[in-house]
Amino acid sequence: MTGLLETTAERRARRKRQPAQDERPAWMGRQPRWATAARGVLLTAACLAVIVPFVAVVMTSLAPQRDISARGGLVLFTSEPSLAAYRAVLSGGVVTRALTVSVVVTAVGTILSLACTIMLAYALSRPGSLLHKPILLMTLFTLLFNPGMIPMYLIVKQLGLIDNLAALILPVVVNAFNVIVMRSFFLELPGELTESAKIDGAGELRILTSIVLPLSKAVVAVVGLFYAVAYWNAFFSALLYLPSPEKWPLQLVLRTFVVNQTPLGTDELSASTESLPPQASIQMAILVMSVIPILIIYPFIQKHFSKGLLIGAVKG
Amino acid sequence: MSSGIKVRPEAGAGPGAPAVREPRLRGQLAARWQRDRVLLVLAVPGVVVLVVFHYLPLLGNVIAFQDYQPFLGISGSDFVGLSNFSVIFDGDPEFLNALVNTLVITMVQVLFVFPLPIALALVLNTMLNERAKRLTQSILYLPHFLSWVIVVALFQQMFGNGGMLNEWLRSADLGTFQIIGVPELFKLLITSQVIWKDTGWSTIIFLAALSKVDLNLYEASAIDRAGPLRQLWHVTLPAIRPVIVLLLILRLGDSLTVGFEQILLQQGPVGAQASEVLDTYVYNNGIIGGNWGVSAAVGLVKGLVGVVLVLGANRLAHAMGERGVYSK
Repeated sequence: MTGLLETTAERRARRKRQPAQDERPAWMGRQPRWATAARGVLLTAACLAVIVPFVAVVMTSLAPQRDISARGGLVLFTSEPSLAAYRAVLSGGVVTRALTVSVVVTAVGTILSLACTIMLAYALSRPGSLLHKPILLMTLFTLLFNPGMIPMYLIVKQLGLIDNLAALILPVVVNAFNVIVMRSFFLELPGELTESAKIDGAGELRILTSIVLPLSKAVVAVVGLFYAVAYWNAFFSALLYLPSPEKWPLQLVLRTFVVNQTPLGTDELSASTESLPPQASIQMAILVMSVIPILIIYPFIQKHFSKGLLIGAVKG
Repeated sequence: MSSGIKVRPEAGAGPGAPAVREPRLRGQLAARWQRDRVLLVLAVPGVVVLVVFHYLPLLGNVIAFQDYQPFLGISGSDFVGLSNFSVIFDGDPEFLNALVNTLVITMVQVLFVFPLPIALALVLNTMLNERAKRLTQSILYLPHFLSWVIVVALFQQMFGNGGMLNEWLRSADLGTFQIIGVPELFKLLITSQVIWKDTGWSTIIFLAALSKVDLNLYEASAIDRAGPLRQLWHVTLPAIRPVIVLLLILRLGDSLTVGFEQILLQQGPVGAQASEVLDTYVYNNGIIGGNWGVSAAVGLVKGLVGVVLVLGANRLAHAMGERGVYSK
């Protein structure tokens, strides 16, 4: 419709229109064989560089001690996969608690962020409205100047948010870049729709919820993904604002036990002593769990990363 | 932006606008308030957050001019003028080390990391099979969404001492190759991590620009018997030049910011000499070391220099006839 982000239906329609694959436009010379081959090798290598580490990590998390000892470290294939490491990690203890913290922070944070961002972006989507320019400039300026780590820490401390999970959310609840992305999308929507709704007597809130939002699912999905990923991946804010380890999210636990290689014992896992799965499997299981949520939502949102998204942002 | 929503009539000029009795300006303001108050209310939560967490902390930079003591607070600490800034102007060795490391890493990354997504986008753009192209893109975008903790952990597992590469070398009797925890290789290591994580995702904006190139230009150039290389040089690259310039400006504006989380995670084994950058200096010196005033001073100067760099680079771009980050 707008060419900014296409919907599934539009994409399907476009695919139907251009059924033939590999259609070479008339102006394009025939690509020489060696060039095609070189491109194939290059891109395959790049994709493997992304995929192989994942396969190795997942396989190692499933492998028994015997395979791990045989290979010395990571395992690319295991003949008898077992979920023992996941059971040990998820049966209560440090990792389970961290997982809960991460899930709660991500869920609450994403909802709050989307609400604030949608409202601000909508308020900024009417050039010429009262205070439009000052608010827009105020939003844009935050992209130019970062207040700095120390003053941020002092503000969070002043507000009494140290050691409070809210410190992971409130300081980053609105990201000016995401506001601008969403605003550009709202600006591209045809004005006639809102105009006719206005004539029918709909108020701003009604227009936002019944007309603008239903048309903006793609941008809401992408911006929601950006926020969710940022909350899920937050590591430094937790290190800075949360002194007590029992409040740590998964990323900090991952740093302690996987990056810094602190061994996990029965204290951390609250599992039975005898049948502790291999340390390497446990570490890799934590790693896998920190990646899985991203791998799950990624394919659903990825189709919306269409061409105009960032261009629109830059134009604003 | 050209195509704004053109719903609103001019203030007070619409058919349903109430008759204006008061002095004109005040009446207009009242009418606009009447019309736009819902929008303003919607803006409030976002504006409050931005004020509290972006503008109030700017005031907190006052401690850069204080001998700040946490138990005295901002109001109780003594003002010491510019003495905190002496670290910068007298060239404290630790600070200079952090500055040099930062600039070296920025230079390496602008030279070797910045062009990669452009090249990759050009390669992807020559793929005619839409499905294969989409699949490749999906795979290559993915690492961008992983946290630095995950990326660092993956690199350790692959290249660490007990990692996959070294186990394989050992089993092949080739000895081991120390990559992680070696100060000399540290900058190389973090650069390759940045390449792995972000090259794919960074192509997205170049691919967007490439998709907007006017196809007639290619047709015309083909009629003029331009080969693929000439088309690349005379059509494709000029068409995406504004985007390249724009991203280069943004990157230069970030010259003093290099991979804070990434470096913080890996500082332990390599030591400060090889790995300290300005952001980790502020953290290690201020929040860990308790030199609040000095750290805030360094952070403040870094922020100001960043603004100057962006504006300067942008002005340069305008002087060269490019659009830059903003026009005018």
